[in-house]
Amino acid sequence: MATGQGHIELAGLCKSYDGVTMAVDGVNLKIEDGAYCCFLGPSGCGKTTILRMIAGHEDPSAGEILIGGENVVGMAPVERRTAMMFQSYALFPHLTVRDNIAFALRVRGLSKAERNKAADAMIEKVRLTEFADRLPAQLSGGQQQRVALARAAITQPRVLLLDEPLSALDEQLRVQMRQELLRMQRDLGITFIHVTHTQMEAIALADMVVVMDRGHIKQAGPAREVYATPRDRYVAEFLGGQNVLAAKVRTVAGGRAVVASPTVREIEVPLAGRSFSAGDAIEFAVRRDDIVLKRPGPDAVAPDTAALSSRVTGVEYQGSFVKVMLDALGREDFIAYVPERTFFRDPVAIGDVVLATWPVEHAHLLA
Amino acid sequence: MTLRRHLTSWLFLSPLLVVLIPFFVLPFIVVLTASFFDSDGFGGLLPTFTLVNYANLFTSSLTLNLYLATLKFTVLTWFFSLILGFLVAYFLAFHVRNPLLGIGLFLLCTVPFWTSNIIRMISWIPLLGKEGLINMALLKLGLIHEPLEILLFSSVAVVIAYVHQLTIFMIVPIFNSMARIDKRVVEAALDAGASRLDIMRLIVIPMSKSGIALGSIFVVSIVMGDFFVVKVMSGGGSASVVGAFYEDISVLQYPSAAASAVVLTVALMVLIGLILRTVDIRREITR
Repeated sequence: MATGQGHIELAGLCKSYDGVTMAVDGVNLKIEDGAYCCFLGPSGCGKTTILRMIAGHEDPSAGEILIGGENVVGMAPVERRTAMMFQSYALFPHLTVRDNIAFALRVRGLSKAERNKAADAMIEKVRLTEFADRLPAQLSGGQQQRVALARAAITQPRVLLLDEPLSALDEQLRVQMRQELLRMQRDLGITFIHVTHTQMEAIALADMVVVMDRGHIKQAGPAREVYATPRDRYVAEFLGGQNVLAAKVRTVAGGRAVVASPTVREIEVPLAGRSFSAGDAIEFAVRRDDIVLKRPGPDAVAPDTAALSSRVTGVEYQGSFVKVMLDALGREDFIAYVPERTFFRDPVAIGDVVLATWPVEHAHLLA
Repeated sequence: MTLRRHLTSWLFLSPLLVVLIPFFVLPFIVVLTASFFDSDGFGGLLPTFTLVNYANLFTSSLTLNLYLATLKFTVLTWFFSLILGFLVAYFLAFHVRNPLLGIGLFLLCTVPFWTSNIIRMISWIPLLGKEGLINMALLKLGLIHEPLEILLFSSVAVVIAYVHQLTIFMIVPIFNSMARIDKRVVEAALDAGASRLDIMRLIVIPMSKSGIALGSIFVVSIVMGDFFVVKVMSGGGSASVVGAFYEDISVLQYPSAAASAVVLTVALMVLIGLILRTVDIRREITR
């Protein structure tokens, strides 16, 4: 299979700064040409280190980085044809917007007329024409971000690497700029690799989300797959929106197990083809928006429905839905997202006893 | 309301005024006044108004020669201390990764200042003298057949001593402005394909302009205002502007010394004005 020029493959990639602890520990990953890929994880998980190694600002301790099928380890950023957009942008403070954007062309030896022409075309693309002669300090955060994007894109790289590109912006602008990044990626048609610690940002933007923890990839896949079917507790909790339950298997029958724990009385969990025997410990996740709250009563629990009896410990209005906190798991969070209209048909209050129910098939077994 | 605002601005200015008025403005007025007085030849001042001190100064061909000699030392010292200071600051700011080591090396630069100026100059004698280390080494290596006279008590020695003394005044402000350059900016330039030379030319030098200008002001004003190094290190072979009016003072010709001092101050102000015109330090610093 021919690999596109922006196809990236990481093979056994390791990085250690001190020879003892591994910042990146044996990462293997393929990123399709033209994909929007987000590395997601808490600070210190190695995501920025991977980005910097792909960019050529950091040398891997071991492993290979293939871009377009060619091993680029040891090459300068220009030879790799990657471009990086730095956290808080790192614009040249003494150069105007135009000179910032034209910088890469200037060091490539283009004449002033040529590079200004190319820079002005790019400036128009990011809608900064009236700011072309300003210094970065005279721009707003969003405008600075557009300058950084234009500066990175002017060399027509095959991969654009973005290190926390939205973290310097305020909330409202961040959502707006998300769209701008996507638009830019579609325009350029090149691979974007975006590092972030915000799960909303990752799943909103990415074709492929890579969840990282302490130098390892925990899960990589399409946003929906990572969000809806997390592989393990870490991914489920980091992406949020899930209640994670731990329990022991009592009996197994018909592709389902009946499980229980000190806080959970018997409920059914689908086993998704995996085999367990009585006594095994398992973890599973139930989406917060899959949970239906019912008042206790004789007909409350339908067949094929799991139910947990619990007390309401908190209610938070969120606009389109209401976040109801329950004590079903003792001290661990168990939360239900109830659609706003449904909630107010029969609102529950703190202290009420309710049944948290969900269709058995919607529970998702974790590794 | 406006009165109060005026008062606050004056209050903000007051520390500077408290230093500038008694230590610069008042002495300068005294010297300026004295420069228009006449001398009785025995150290007394005759309070008249005369331009004769300035007339003597501007008609003497010696004045021009003195200024040329001083300017030569100034330019040479500025040039070498700038090159050295820039390189040292660059090394400290960009190549020393460990901040503790950086501070240690920075302090090392100040070691020469732990001894007095005079001792520092005298210590050049065993190194540069006729039978000094350098001559001996060159003789032993057979590179020269008789000791180089030019090393000590010469213009070379003056420049060496000045550079030794003043490079730190370049290092400190340049290091300071370089330390404020975000390393990611350098990385971004690298990412854009800039060579080391490009980074130096397009990023580091333009962004250290204020430090270079400040260091230049220090070096230029110190060399222009000094005579001691020239006197000692040239062995009396070179003269300087300040040296000349020091002579005037020693023969009690205060008014002509005062006139020279005023002219030198004006000349220095022009020079510093030129430096500030090339680099807008205020804008660079507040950026």
